[in-house]
Amino acid sequence: MALSADEVRHVARLARLALTDDEVDALAPQLSQILAYAEQVGEVAAQDVEPTTHPFALRDVSRPDDPRPSLPREAVLAAAPHAEQDRFGVPRIVSEEG
Amino acid sequence: MDVSALEVVEAHLQRILSVDGVDGDGDVWTAVGSDDLDQRDVHAYLHVTATAAREHAADVDRRRAAGEELGPLAGVPLALKDVLTMRGVPTTCGSRMLDGWVPPYDATVTERLRAADVVVLGKTNMDEFAMGSSTENSAYGPTRNPWDLGRVPGGSSGGSAAAVAGLMAPLAIGTDTGGSIRQPAALTGIVGAKPTYGTVSRYGLVAFASSLDQAGPFARTVEDAAQLQALIHGHDPRDATSITDTPADVLGTLRDGIEGLRVGVVTELQGDGYEPGVRRVFEQALERFERLGAKIVEVSLPHAGYGLPAYYLIAPSEASSNLARFDGVRYGLRVDAPTAEEMNAATRAAGFGPEVKRRIMIGTHALSSGYYDAYYLQASKVRTLIAQDFATAFEQADVLVSPTSPTVAFGLGDKTADPLAMYLNDVATVPASLAGIPALSLPAGTAEAPDAPDASLPVGLQIMAPLLRDDLMYRVGWAFERDLGFTPIPAGDTAVEVL
Repeated sequence: MALSADEVRHVARLARLALTDDEVDALAPQLSQILAYAEQVGEVAAQDVEPTTHPFALRDVSRPDDPRPSLPREAVLAAAPHAEQDRFGVPRIVSEEG
Repeated sequence: MDVSALEVVEAHLQRILSVDGVDGDGDVWTAVGSDDLDQRDVHAYLHVTATAAREHAADVDRRRAAGEELGPLAGVPLALKDVLTMRGVPTTCGSRMLDGWVPPYDATVTERLRAADVVVLGKTNMDEFAMGSSTENSAYGPTRNPWDLGRVPGGSSGGSAAAVAGLMAPLAIGTDTGGSIRQPAALTGIVGAKPTYGTVSRYGLVAFASSLDQAGPFARTVEDAAQLQALIHGHDPRDATSITDTPADVLGTLRDGIEGLRVGVVTELQGDGYEPGVRRVFEQALERFERLGAKIVEVSLPHAGYGLPAYYLIAPSEASSNLARFDGVRYGLRVDAPTAEEMNAATRAAGFGPEVKRRIMIGTHALSSGYYDAYYLQASKVRTLIAQDFATAFEQADVLVSPTSPTVAFGLGDKTADPLAMYLNDVATVPASLAGIPALSLPAGTAEAPDAPDASLPVGLQIMAPLLRDDLMYRVGWAFERDLGFTPIPAGDTAVEVL
């Protein structure tokens, strides 16, 4: 399928990518070409084929419930672009009106 | 002649200084900026942990002198792909997104290497977040192929492969998602293996496509690669995808020979699209197998042709989910904006390069409402068919073989403008990735390039084995290598200067 510029912008919004108009214009034909190629997967694999998401059957993994130290808080926060009051700092998420 | 671990490390550091384009001041040497890279620089490393490597080597020497027990590869230098964390050393994944990030913990692979006293020399260049087949998608500039500095080393583990091929490390670790160890091994004339999925821990490996990513060894010989795999594989309770089955003893049967083994030639992985030089070397490899007493049988993977389209839906889908963690909050880059969503979107726009954006977009689209069934679900069904194809083929043959890459190393910039053309280079490696089986690439000879009839460039042979039969893969590779007698040293007017 061919993706329009508006569809590319919609997907970019879902992916949290602030694309420029130039990037949208470049991506639309590239994504269309790649998806057209990928659509070949529809030529095989009928309803009765079970999908495989992983080479081995995944199972729930648990470990003994023994308390143990985690990474030091300061070591983790040291890597953050913004930290304050022992927490990660982020811009406002809920607006005043919201 | 006795050589100390410190002398070995020092010799490699000097080699790195002379051919790689690093700034050798301070504890951690860093690659010079991509604008300053010289045409003669290989640019395999992003960071060289010079001081720590010297200290570790000196410690190994001291303990050896004191008669303490050391591991089989103690003191041997190694180059680590920059997708694996190492405490206190920058990890960038080839991306601006993680520029300057210093992880506070070791990946399990790193931890096991340290415990075995393998000396880590530094972190190697790669396609950004392991997405690519040429190492041209690194935000820090491309790596060059030591055999011809005008050509790519393959990708995404191109830095690790070039470090070994360029004599800047005898061993390296790479990661393989759709062929990112095997294809660069083929293009640089060395040995590279993707172990059975789940046998090497992914803890501390920055995820690209979780159901496919697997770390593995690079080396100049099959035995070295097997030795390195034996050090890093085994169950890890910190990785929920790590399998508990005991991996095969990859060293115990290495020298048993291949008399009577059935070597399966995959019909679908040798024809159209493979360069004439690659096909010729592959045919000679089959003759060699017969001389060694193996039986050549023709096998079919009827759905192999759908492997590549399935892979280029599944891997981006998983990537679009995995890379959501790069949101400007916990590590790496942040571009400030008034709201959290705008900050996320601006940060990701600034931090990711074109190929990563392309794959996030494909994956987000493939998983979005209305398209999931046609793309991701259908691709996952193809994955089932390919795994079934392999199971059938392994009833007829003990191992399967194909060329590793349809081409020899191509020129820098030759495929960057056409993403789909770049993807097609993975055609022979992707099926094994989808099935999770172990696969090895080793040198099979040299061939010309279509654009350079006089060139002599490495051609890789791929050996695929059933799940958990990594031992068989190495055993067949060892017998082949021994008979071929290939010397993996680049030579020629355009190659990196040989010592």
